[in-house]
Amino acid sequence: MGHFLVTRLASAAIVVFGVTSLVFFMIHLIPGDPVEVMLGESARVADRENLRHALGLDRPLLVQWLDYLYHLMRFDLGQSLHSKQPIIDILLAHIPATLELTLVALLFAIVIALPLGIMAALHRNTGWDRAAMTVSLLGVSIPNFLMGPLLILLFAMYLGWLPVSGRESPDSVILPALTLGTAMAAILSRMVRATLLEVINEDYIRTARAKGLSRFRTILLHAMPNTMLPIITLLGLQLGALLAGAVITEVVFSWPGIGQLTIEAIHTRDYPLVQSCILLISLSYVLVNIVTDILYSVLDPRVRLGETE
Amino acid sequence: MKGWQKLLHRLAQWPLAVIGCWCLLALLGPLLPLQPNEIDLTKILLPPGETSVLGYDDLGRPIFDRIVLGAQTSFLVALWVVIVSLIIGVTLGMVSAYYGGWFDQLIVQIIDIFLAFPGILLAIALAGIMGPGIENVVIALSTVGWVGFARLTRAQVLSVKQREHIQAAVALGSPSTTIFTRHILPLILAPIIVEASFGIAGIVIAEAGLSFLGLGVQPPEASWGSMIRDGARYLLVAPHMVLAPGIALMLVVLAVNLVGDRIRDYFDVRLRVTT
Repeated sequence: MGHFLVTRLASAAIVVFGVTSLVFFMIHLIPGDPVEVMLGESARVADRENLRHALGLDRPLLVQWLDYLYHLMRFDLGQSLHSKQPIIDILLAHIPATLELTLVALLFAIVIALPLGIMAALHRNTGWDRAAMTVSLLGVSIPNFLMGPLLILLFAMYLGWLPVSGRESPDSVILPALTLGTAMAAILSRMVRATLLEVINEDYIRTARAKGLSRFRTILLHAMPNTMLPIITLLGLQLGALLAGAVITEVVFSWPGIGQLTIEAIHTRDYPLVQSCILLISLSYVLVNIVTDILYSVLDPRVRLGETE
Repeated sequence: MKGWQKLLHRLAQWPLAVIGCWCLLALLGPLLPLQPNEIDLTKILLPPGETSVLGYDDLGRPIFDRIVLGAQTSFLVALWVVIVSLIIGVTLGMVSAYYGGWFDQLIVQIIDIFLAFPGILLAIALAGIMGPGIENVVIALSTVGWVGFARLTRAQVLSVKQREHIQAAVALGSPSTTIFTRHILPLILAPIIVEASFGIAGIVIAEAGLSFLGLGVQPPEASWGSMIRDGARYLLVAPHMVLAPGIALMLVVLAVNLVGDRIRDYFDVRLRVTT
């Protein structure tokens, strides 16, 4: 287990380093001069040079990169060009909202997908199955930025049950989380159906039924635990996608999280802030994947034995 | 076949019909007598009815005409992104798997780093930094899109490159380009076509997503995504502004996904034997 952890963390460190550098070079190599954008095209050359020097943009790219990495290691992300606040403070203020949204969305996804997938698998090739899979296909085909307004129209405007947007009351999270969760539930329910179908014909399921266990208990205690591996992998991968999907959902619902912050920073050309937001989302994505991998090996002995042999 | 069975069979073809309409509208749109940018202040937010099929938007522009314009945008972007991603991804994947060595190591490392990013986030960042415009959307989405094709191609080539007919071709002294195009590509084409067909659905959603965020095409050009964004402000008074482009987008994505499913089933020999 120790050996597995070390190799896994080492390869994760390489990916983190790669992601960090990719974000840096992406921002700096793409055509478009932040100084010109900040001052406008009519600015005097001397002013531009002063600002460029003040921001440290007149140094060689390699020096800037090393400097960036050095500051990053000390959690110093610099200042926002727009609000002049330390970026780390801005990020910390926006993290709780995104975390809340993602976790509630994940919960919704599981609550919707598990019954839907199990029902489809148990009634394979019947009307139930087809109905469940049609719902799932619809879920995949409706993007967040369409699902959001549709839910707002129905639950906030026509029925008036829930707030339209913002994060003022505790029930504000329901609509954005539902928007984000349904897309994930759609993919997840297909996965639940497929893995359950594979497991359900195994010998030990027949044994469990033969020894007199009820259908419900057989599925719950004997079949479901064995479907958990692929489902957990998918959950991990999807949680990362959820973080990215949160960007659009947060914009739809004016949800004050990292996603909305990223888009605002892009529109105000606040490059250091954009860079930090993207880095934060990417690193959470990497982190989620590592945790999934480790969880996977804890749950399935075959994975870690394969590593050490 | 009975009458109702024929009808069912016909209905099963609707995804192809939707895709056909999408392509036709996109290609023939410029020839049609449409006025997507004509502002008529007397018709602001008018719902669908006698004067037009889908109503008018917040500037009094006919929504049907703008949907046709949006179809052009999504079709062009999807076409270009798939072509560019395919060329880059398949070439890199083939060369990397066939020759191996340090180049292969490098490509695998790059693919891993790209996969460590959520794709749409990278596209948002790129489009945001490069600024709006249809070309930048294509560049941003292709930068993300090639990775999947490269990984798939590499895996496929690795599984076939030891085949005897390829060794024979090498022994006979065929040039590498011939080996790639004549002996390897036909073997690995099926999964790549399946991946590409699902890719189109993803690209259509991604383009609309970028335009929704204001990072895609700029006014007066239209995209279904930007139409949904504009409409969201008038949701209560004029829901047709969101519903019309939304349903168009959903139909195309659904149709492409269903056709993708069908192509996959067609190529999947395993499935054909068992059923």
